[in-house]
Amino acid sequence: MSVESLDIAPRARRPLAARTDVIAMMLGLATLTVCVTLLAQMGLVSVSFVKLLGKTLCLCLAALALDLVWGFTGILSLGHFAFFGIGGYAIGMWLMWDRTEAIVAASLAQSTLPPTPFEIREAIGTQIFGVVGTSEIPWLWAYAGSLPLQLAFAVLVPGLIAGIFGWLAFRSRVAGVYLSILTQAGTLALSLWLFQNDSGLRGNNGLSGLQNIPGLTDVPQSVISIWFLWASAIALALSYLGASWTVSGRFGSVLRGIRDNEARVRFLGYEVEHYKLAVFTGTAMLCGLAGALYYPQAGIVNPAEIAPIASIYLVVWVAIGGRGRLYGAVIGAAVVSLASSWFTGGGAPDIELGFYTIKWTDWWLVLLGLSFVLVTLYAPKGLGGLVDIYTHKRARRREDLGPDQGSLRGEEEQP
Amino acid sequence: MSALLEVSGVTKSFDGFKAIDNLSLSVNEPELRAIIGPNGAGKTTFMDLVTGKTRPDSGTIRYGELSRDLTAMSEAQIARAGIGRKFQKPTVFEDQTVLENLTMALAAPRNPLNVLLRRPDRSARAAAVAEEVGLEKDLNKRAGILSHGQKQWLEIGMLLAQEPRLLLVDEPAAGMTTAERERTTAMLVEAAKTRAVVVIEHDMEFVRRLKCRVTVLHEGRSLAEGSLDHVCADPRVIDVYLGRPEEADA
Amino acid sequence: MRRLSLALTFLLSLLCGPGFAQSGPVQTALQAHAEQIADPSRRTIQPVLDDLAASGAAGMPRFLEAWADKRALRRDSDGLFFLGERDGDSYPLLSVEDGSAVGTALRDDITELKPNAGVRRLIATALVQFQLNDPDPDRRLAALDALTRNPTPDLLAPLRASIENEENRTIRARKEALDRLITIRFGTDPARRIEAIEWMAARISLEARAALNNVLTTDTIVGPAPDGANVARVLTPGEDIPEADALALLAEAGLEVATVSRAARDAALVDAIDGGRIAGRPIATLDTEAARWDAYDALAEAGTVPPRPAETAIAELLAATPILAVYDEPDPAVTAAAETALAEIEARVARAEAADLALDALSLASIYFLAAIGLAITFGVMGVINMAHGEFIMIGAYTGYVVQSIVPDYTLSLVVALPLAFVVAGAAGVALERLVIRHLAHRPLETLLATFGISIMLQQIFKNIFGTQAVPLTSPDWLAGAWVLNDVVGISYIRIAIFVLAAIFLAVLVYILRRTRLGLEVRAVTQNPGMAASLGVDPDKVGMATFALGSGIAGVAGVAIGLFAQVTSEMGSAYIVQSFMTVVVGGVGSVFGTLAGAGMIGGLQKGIEWLNPSNTLAAQTYMILFIILFIQVRPRGIVPQKGRFAA
Repeated sequence: MSVESLDIAPRARRPLAARTDVIAMMLGLATLTVCVTLLAQMGLVSVSFVKLLGKTLCLCLAALALDLVWGFTGILSLGHFAFFGIGGYAIGMWLMWDRTEAIVAASLAQSTLPPTPFEIREAIGTQIFGVVGTSEIPWLWAYAGSLPLQLAFAVLVPGLIAGIFGWLAFRSRVAGVYLSILTQAGTLALSLWLFQNDSGLRGNNGLSGLQNIPGLTDVPQSVISIWFLWASAIALALSYLGASWTVSGRFGSVLRGIRDNEARVRFLGYEVEHYKLAVFTGTAMLCGLAGALYYPQAGIVNPAEIAPIASIYLVVWVAIGGRGRLYGAVIGAAVVSLASSWFTGGGAPDIELGFYTIKWTDWWLVLLGLSFVLVTLYAPKGLGGLVDIYTHKRARRREDLGPDQGSLRGEEEQP
Repeated sequence: MSALLEVSGVTKSFDGFKAIDNLSLSVNEPELRAIIGPNGAGKTTFMDLVTGKTRPDSGTIRYGELSRDLTAMSEAQIARAGIGRKFQKPTVFEDQTVLENLTMALAAPRNPLNVLLRRPDRSARAAAVAEEVGLEKDLNKRAGILSHGQKQWLEIGMLLAQEPRLLLVDEPAAGMTTAERERTTAMLVEAAKTRAVVVIEHDMEFVRRLKCRVTVLHEGRSLAEGSLDHVCADPRVIDVYLGRPEEADA
Repeated sequence: MRRLSLALTFLLSLLCGPGFAQSGPVQTALQAHAEQIADPSRRTIQPVLDDLAASGAAGMPRFLEAWADKRALRRDSDGLFFLGERDGDSYPLLSVEDGSAVGTALRDDITELKPNAGVRRLIATALVQFQLNDPDPDRRLAALDALTRNPTPDLLAPLRASIENEENRTIRARKEALDRLITIRFGTDPARRIEAIEWMAARISLEARAALNNVLTTDTIVGPAPDGANVARVLTPGEDIPEADALALLAEAGLEVATVSRAARDAALVDAIDGGRIAGRPIATLDTEAARWDAYDALAEAGTVPPRPAETAIAELLAATPILAVYDEPDPAVTAAAETALAEIEARVARAEAADLALDALSLASIYFLAAIGLAITFGVMGVINMAHGEFIMIGAYTGYVVQSIVPDYTLSLVVALPLAFVVAGAAGVALERLVIRHLAHRPLETLLATFGISIMLQQIFKNIFGTQAVPLTSPDWLAGAWVLNDVVGISYIRIAIFVLAAIFLAVLVYILRRTRLGLEVRAVTQNPGMAASLGVDPDKVGMATFALGSGIAGVAGVAIGLFAQVTSEMGSAYIVQSFMTVVVGGVGSVFGTLAGAGMIGGLQKGIEWLNPSNTLAAQTYMILFIILFIQVRPRGIVPQKGRFAA
């Protein structure tokens, strides 16, 4: 990436290693993991707190993905958290299957005859699906015993679903609010389907006991939680690097071009639909990965996790953090989800007004909704805007932060 | 000189209103052509049709040696085939630098995988184009802070960077100062030496300066074609521009 | 108190005079058979009952009822019959003629008549005869109801007899229907039964179907049919009857294949363990099903366990032994007629069900229309999605609830709530427009986000105020029932009311849009906002007016929805996606488009539910997927917006 012919290297062409936000992010993540590891070794932080941090990093990863697709490409997806959930389901299937298999094999080993594969399968079926009144093993679970395949599914299934959905939507030029609502409808459809008992994924029971990692039964949760913290941090760091690299250079230019003026990019000869599809699919896969890391730490995944509101919260995080900048998404997800745990977990002190006591467990969502409205109205740059103040960057004129026009009215005002 | 663009018998109507009515037209390579006509003559629709933004109801638009049918191609395919379009309102990516704008436009593979993975340094080529349109000092400025004229030039620069064979330019001189107009004229005349350039304009003075063949559009039809002096002498053109007596009070 | 009532009774008995009470037609008829009545036996009482019935006395049914109820008394001193129940140490006596009080008697002087169950049944039959001919139509209907619930062959004759004199056409029709029902079930003359069955073929009622199904009950038997059996069909195992059930039936009939279950096999293997080996095989090698069967077979060969049957044994046995369904009804002519009649009825029921489904779909479409039309107006005019639209529906519903808790009369509260919900939700809409949406003009995606925030806030605030439990919104009594066309087709009045409400709003909206200045301006802004503004239409004013209108309608829709669905703070979110789908499918900016969209989505949802009735969740999933595909085909909806810019 030579820039010798130019006097000043523009922001986007600077090598990744020289970009402040990349350095800060890597250092931040490294510091966090090392410090938390040390504190945990000393017993100063609880396992649940380590897990909370690990989960938060996974949410940051999902937010990063959404920022790529929304903040940079201008596709407001209201369904990316569904891909996160699918990743969780895919890995959860293996976790549950393998662990059940171990338990079943241990109990069958007590009998006189050595267990046959048929017996083991039958027992697993009863164990896992008894709760939805069947012992038949659904076809979805055909490869549940294979970690590599289920890991691949955690990424490929979201990719496939996003690919099909995106191909259908983008080729018919569905954009703007239409696309947003379609993604929401798709998410609703998926969650409703999962709620059924005969979906093959245990209906509203979801998959549980995921914190128990097969083969690691002797390792205490305090250690596993640290491993997952590291894994989440590494995944986030690598994804951040990858995302930074993706949005730099001509590819990033094209994405931002699509966000700001899709038609113009088309007339430059770029197949906008292919780019959109690539980003939509790629970020869906990233969300799948994030989910696959998140749910072993959360321990349970159920259809409620996939409900449309979850995807909306993801959007809220990115909006509050500041879309169109990668660190904004990460900061937003971290700050808002941690604040949410603090407020709803009873950590925040009640406010006594004399005539009424504000209990934050009740009023946190009101506060969140209000801040979201205020951010949208008055601070579209979100928390990331604070960085601009700090770096004394001159306030730009109103930035294009996304396609302001939906496809409905957009066409007539675009040239 | 062979016909690069061959429009024959094209009709396009919107809810019964015929924006283009059985229009036939051909443009050679190289050639500088001006299309003039009053408001509602179908100039912009003509450009939309050629660049694939709208599809004709009937008729064919053929392009290049292979006579490819443009009506069956997507906007991006048409652009990659070598047809560049400049919009009436300057349309550049205001949030990105001049360099980024030009780099995006440079002729290079455009499929996502290639763009993502292969990243040769093309800044020298972009700088060269910037010099052609007089923006060599502003490479790292955000396009949003350029003046109106500079934006127009940046857009022309982006067109040139695409290395098109056919350039469609919609009212390039709108809102420019006299000096800027002269510079724009020079750029277009220069570009037309090696390629086909179609300028859509209703400013007669600007067209006169281009010194080229002129097609007059009216109500979606080609009314007259020839040198500016020739078409200006055509009574039908005079009617259209000055209005027939019975339409004068309307 | 007791004293007072005794005194009153005494007074009354003085007034009426004992002689009067003792010489009526009922008493006369009763005295004719006094001994048999006092000590009835099942074998001998029938002629007495016939005689009593023939007397035609007006008070006779009352006596029979009381008699069957063990409330009839006989005064030992004079042998007269009375009605009444013991009250302490005395019996207040009521006249058998008209039930009026005729004095009291001491306990010693009274014998209670206590007929046994058999006699009581006969009395009841005789009573029905009276009731069927009772001058009061309500009593006749009550008798018919009782008879329908509990039909007996004995009552056939009195029923038939009562048809002649029946003047009320409805009751006569019911009597005729009941006559046939009983004939089909208990009749002895095949011709008459077949006639009745054929008559049934033209009905649709549940009773008709039950009666025919009753004729067609079958019994499953194994092996060749006995002589004279009326065979319905041969059951093929695996198709008509699960194989396991078929085998169980065969086993019951003593035809068992000695299959070896996996558990039995394993038990046998464990028993045969001999020094770490089974049948010469090391135990550790028996870790597949095939190896275990192999070991078992080896044991069988050695003769220590019974052998496994051949794999084809079960199939052969099933093939050799037919399993038959045999009608309980021996007469093939009757069952054939019943089959035909039932098929005819079922075809008619299917058509009626389709009509019922259409009505259901229509009412669902009305709901979707009401929920979506407000969204369609604001989306069409301002190009923004109001994600808090669902919360306006909720606000409307809660307005209804609050009004109802202040105004106790349900009808009045509804009359107050509907306009009030319009005003409250409309005001909320105007506030939202002025405070948020106006500041995000021409930025639809940001509007979508901001209204999301509002939606989250409103939901939580209402949850904090009204709690998480659903609150009731009760409909007035006159809306409670259903309009029943027949046993299949019916529609509740609430749904009709919602349909009417939707129709009214449709008419009002079309009027506003087509005939008023506001409508003109709205249409202008919808079609070309820039041009409209340059022609002097104030888009802000139009925006506010449409927002007030759209949100107000959502509020009214909320009251309507709250009447049949649960009112919770989350009810809005259930409708927002559906509403948006309605708008998108119908086509933006058109009232009729929304109507078409609502019709299509309502119809589709009911249709899918009908195809897969067990699973409404799956129905919604399929519907959403269908809509996603539909948008591929018609991205601008059923009624697309016209114009060059809409292309």
